[in-house]
Amino acid sequence: MDMADRMKRTPVKEQEPKIRAKNFDEVCLGYEEEKAIQEANRCLTCKNPKCVEGCPVSVNIPGFISYVKEGKIEEAAKEIAKYSALPAVCGRVCPQENQCEGKCVLGIKGQAVAIGKLEKFVADWSRKNNVDLSQTEPKNNKKVAVVGSGPAGLTCAGDLAKKGYDVTIFEALHEAGGVLVYGIPEFRLPKDEVVKAEIENIKKLGVKIETNVIVGRTVTIDELIEDEKFEAVFIGSGAGLPKFMGIPGENANGVFSANEFLTRVNLMKAFKEEYHTPVKVGKKVAVVGGGNVAMDAARTALRLGAETHIVYRRGIDELPARAEEVHHAKEEGIIFDVLTNPNEILVDENGWVKGMKCVKMGLGEPDASGRRRPVEIEGSEFIMDVETVIMSLGTSPNPLISSTTEGLEINKWKCIVADETTGLTSREGVYAGGDAVTGAATVILAMGAGKNAAKAIDEYLKNK
Amino acid sequence: MYKIVKKRELTNNIFLMDIEAPRVAKSANPGQFIIIKNDEKGERIPLTIADYDKEAGTVSIVFQTVGQGTKQLATFNEGDYVRDFVGPLGQPSEFIHENIEELKKKKLIFIAGGVGAAPVYPQVKWMKENGIDVDVIVGSRNKELLILEDEMRSVASNLYIATDDGSYGFNGRVTDCLKDLVENKGNKYDHAIVIGPMIMMKFMVALTKEMDIPTTVSLNPIMVDGTGMCGACRVTVGGQVKFACVDGPEFDGHLVDFDESMRRQALYKSEEGRAQLKIEEGSTHNHGGCGCGGEK
Repeated sequence: MDMADRMKRTPVKEQEPKIRAKNFDEVCLGYEEEKAIQEANRCLTCKNPKCVEGCPVSVNIPGFISYVKEGKIEEAAKEIAKYSALPAVCGRVCPQENQCEGKCVLGIKGQAVAIGKLEKFVADWSRKNNVDLSQTEPKNNKKVAVVGSGPAGLTCAGDLAKKGYDVTIFEALHEAGGVLVYGIPEFRLPKDEVVKAEIENIKKLGVKIETNVIVGRTVTIDELIEDEKFEAVFIGSGAGLPKFMGIPGENANGVFSANEFLTRVNLMKAFKEEYHTPVKVGKKVAVVGGGNVAMDAARTALRLGAETHIVYRRGIDELPARAEEVHHAKEEGIIFDVLTNPNEILVDENGWVKGMKCVKMGLGEPDASGRRRPVEIEGSEFIMDVETVIMSLGTSPNPLISSTTEGLEINKWKCIVADETTGLTSREGVYAGGDAVTGAATVILAMGAGKNAAKAIDEYLKNK
Repeated sequence: MYKIVKKRELTNNIFLMDIEAPRVAKSANPGQFIIIKNDEKGERIPLTIADYDKEAGTVSIVFQTVGQGTKQLATFNEGDYVRDFVGPLGQPSEFIHENIEELKKKKLIFIAGGVGAAPVYPQVKWMKENGIDVDVIVGSRNKELLILEDEMRSVASNLYIATDDGSYGFNGRVTDCLKDLVENKGNKYDHAIVIGPMIMMKFMVALTKEMDIPTTVSLNPIMVDGTGMCGACRVTVGGQVKFACVDGPEFDGHLVDFDESMRRQALYKSEEGRAQLKIEEGSTHNHGGCGCGGEK
């Protein structure tokens, strides 16, 4: 391979923007084996791999890529399985540019190795070829309860099951997966094909999943410990409580939280005719916010046939969403109204949204977060004529568990206080991780927290 | 999967079902609700808990067939299974945290409209079990639509039935009945608990405000998850936005913005109507058209 080839990433096939804007099929079609091997061959197999440092679950990246180079995809899958229980998910939704790929040495002079796309390829290949990844240590008959079946809970449960524990996950919704099933849309992360299959893999390790159990209502943590004899608990209940702006008109018909909108479409499959849950979007939709969830909501509304605007109070460079997501959204025809902030939702005589009063913003001095603070430009008020408004302003942890668990310490943001390396909370034997601890963050950070907690729980129960 | 162990048609299109759900039954308290999902493609439907048997591990629900989901549920029989049944959701009624002796000193009245008799029943039953005497008004359009009369009679110290057409009991609406009890019969009440259709609760709280009787209502807005993660069920109470599924469903009736709640309840009216038409008229509804389900 000459240097010029080495510096350039092997392109990956995607659905055409105009076509995919009208369907819910996956945007990224992924590598074929030949292309994957070609891309794998760009990897320098560093002795001191920086990419691994960038991965929150420390996947042996040069290790699995070396197998891909040789066409040994099954071995590659087994190598990844040592570190990650959800590779088909992570390969798709991790912000690799800030993680593994952000550290790749090839990225200094050229383009980083497409680690995420290679991981996706390996995971998809192993699923299609039924590679058995269900090896576990002998059963030790110690029961561990995991609260929440999102990325943190699934990872923690998977790791503990591999170590021989008897693990039960309790999930409040009717489907396991957390944000992977209700939040991230089908076109980024196919549900039946990818998410369900990865959850099946975790079940094959012996993990039991009880859906329709709301910890804090159906059963409490104390009951799990005292009555059902779980020796340790991991709380991975996420941050699912949506924020609203508190502006006039926000309860009008046609204003949704992004969580409600995405849950209707993703979990309840409102976009499919044969499913019964309705969803309603007008001809023109405004999504307020600039994060990944805002991009997901906007691209979903677009696919339901609406002209869709992202309304964000800072500038285009300050958008917190992944660059790839913003790029995809733009390609599909999402209109970005940046430096714009709504201050009132206008309501018609029947209580429906008829417009949104906005004000233009300028950028002032950097604030505590290091980003330039948006400041209202006086006299710049204008009205956007929209019929639907989707609020995507972030989420915070649900207080249901903390308020029903004696002695579980929380901070002022209602996040559970837990040790950074072990996930241990203020209660002995009770661990926590993911968004429930950090507030809304990423899938892979939640997985990292689940992994660390599994290690800590194993040490705790071995010494108990 | 959750087994339907009993099904009974209480009256025209109002059904009672006992569902086997031991975890829910064990934790259930008066005032709480559940969410049921008939099958894989179904909606999540919130229904108030009408009764529970902690030993048998069953929870009773009562529903009226008003839309696609409840009509489908009514076709299920004893021995069939519903796919999902989750709860108990929401806050239990406030009184379960109160001191029983203090409660005994108060004169409470429960007022139910239509299917509202179902969620009122476990509350009155709880009162009876704790030795607290309470009055109950149950309103119905006519005698035929009245439900759970015997059950209610067995737990209420005084049961007043009001029918709109006078076919049974008091002739008039529940509001007229309460007025009659207070103004003509000289009854005094320290607190009213009102559960029924939104419009009935709206009129009732207007009256109890006039009468200066503190009033609790149980709201039934549109819900999706029922655990506080989406805000579909948000209501304005005393100028503050609350999520009925976690902060409620019971609120101070004198502080609820009923007009807003009623408007939000009608959000999907046309979609429900279309889904309904499809069931009733089958393929004639779409004329085999594009399959997009009509205009967005």
